[in-house]
Amino acid sequence: MTREVDEVLLRSLTPGVLGILVRRGADFAAAEDAVQEALLEAFRAWPDDPPRDPKGWLVTAAWRRFLDATRSETARRRREERVEEEPPPGPTRELDDTLRLYFLCAHPSLTPSSAVALTLRAVGGLTTRQVARAYLVPEATMAQRISRAKRTVSGVRLDRPGDVATVLRVLYLVFNEGYSGDVDLAVEAIRLTRQLAAIIDHPEVAGLLALMMLHHARRAARTAPDGSLVPLADQDRARWDTTSIAEGVAILQAALTRDRLGEFQAQAAIAALHADAPTTEETDWVQVVEWYDELVLLTDSPVVRLNRAVAVGEVDGPRAGLAALAAVDGSVPRHTAVAAYLHERDGDPALAARLYAEAALHAPHLAERDHLTRQAARLNEAGSPRTPLALAPIHPPEEPS
Amino acid sequence: MAKYLMLKHYRGAPAGVNDVPMDQWTQDEISDHIQYMNDFATRLEATGEYVDGQALSPEGTFVRFDGEGRPPLTDGPFAETKDLIAGWMAIDVDTYDRALELAAELSAAPGAGGRPIHEWLELRPFLTEPPTITE
Repeated sequence: MTREVDEVLLRSLTPGVLGILVRRGADFAAAEDAVQEALLEAFRAWPDDPPRDPKGWLVTAAWRRFLDATRSETARRRREERVEEEPPPGPTRELDDTLRLYFLCAHPSLTPSSAVALTLRAVGGLTTRQVARAYLVPEATMAQRISRAKRTVSGVRLDRPGDVATVLRVLYLVFNEGYSGDVDLAVEAIRLTRQLAAIIDHPEVAGLLALMMLHHARRAARTAPDGSLVPLADQDRARWDTTSIAEGVAILQAALTRDRLGEFQAQAAIAALHADAPTTEETDWVQVVEWYDELVLLTDSPVVRLNRAVAVGEVDGPRAGLAALAAVDGSVPRHTAVAAYLHERDGDPALAARLYAEAALHAPHLAERDHLTRQAARLNEAGSPRTPLALAPIHPPEEPS
Repeated sequence: MAKYLMLKHYRGAPAGVNDVPMDQWTQDEISDHIQYMNDFATRLEATGEYVDGQALSPEGTFVRFDGEGRPPLTDGPFAETKDLIAGWMAIDVDTYDRALELAAELSAAPGAGGRPIHEWLELRPFLTEPPTITE
């Protein structure tokens, strides 16, 4: 009987197997190639012949691949020399091995896109094809990106722990820039962060995990059946995943008691306040503003200040929100959209409609552009329909030649 | 099979028949339009004629090399250009007539009042690899 390969199990074994090969003396790049080939072999062989010890099977297969590759390489140089037999495995330090892999794959010498790709393959156990599909690039391009990344980190010593913040940034990117393909990158990011949280005791790792779970809980409610965006205020909160919320909140609360606040914990705290509210109106906006104040202190990011302006608008009214917005750099993405929102709340639908239409022009995503265009249309429809505006954003008038 | 690019313009193409800015449509009209475009792409995937489709931001910059050791020279946004591409769809079809037919179908997407936009699309053949047999 042909069975499905338990892909999640298979992938969860990847970093451990890779760690064993590296500990046996294989260099990282060659070991990673060998593990990748063993994974592909497992996909072929396991459905008909599932192994009793999946990890042992993978180690054996990967080591054989590594030796084959080494042998053919060596044979070219010194045909007569015998390749050593398999050395005995070293002491079991699997958790450390996996942790080192996280640090290596997120090494600061790597560009963000390289770190993401290498992490997904070496730690996540995804195939190059899966990573390529997820990021909508040709497989050959992704293969090159990964092999260049491996060359970049080949000289990095694995015995020094890195900065956990670099790892968290990579995992955050995987979660937040989840595109398409047959792999759910948001779920994958949660899995990898959960695995990391199990081997390293750090409040920001927990904070990021909580943040991911709280946002992931809203996913079903975030898009309408036709694919359009549903903003937080309009989401059907009955469709939020309460199990995921409860777990995210529990993880966050445990992290906060450590009293080592970081940006992911603060972001998760804001997400938790939204998750906790039955409606937008009943949200504890005062606390939301306080957490944004913490975030401003931690990051001084203009994006945070922009989001803070929205929350200030909820607490002290749209005028106060607009005043807060005035202090935010106008080039920040979504600045115009926030201005539109606050002006609508302030009772100026005509200005809001113009700003929404303008914001649609700057929207970085198609779904967001459609959403902002709809907002403009909604206000125009309610006002004086079919009256051309001075600013016609979608088809600007032709310039005189 | 021959590949064609169907280009949609923000500006630069002659005005369509039903040329009303999208923010002046009703929300339902917007939904119908998006649905039509998605259905069109899905149908072409089913017939094996779809290659790629992308939308582009209206904001862009001209860039050129400005000499060794100097940073790239930029100019823009496209204030003075007449032509601004909004997006494209690439198709792989058997005949030129089929390409025309599909472009017309895409141009019939509903707009204001639920009526077709009749927007002008630019149809451009890809320059492909030469065939093996040439004589």
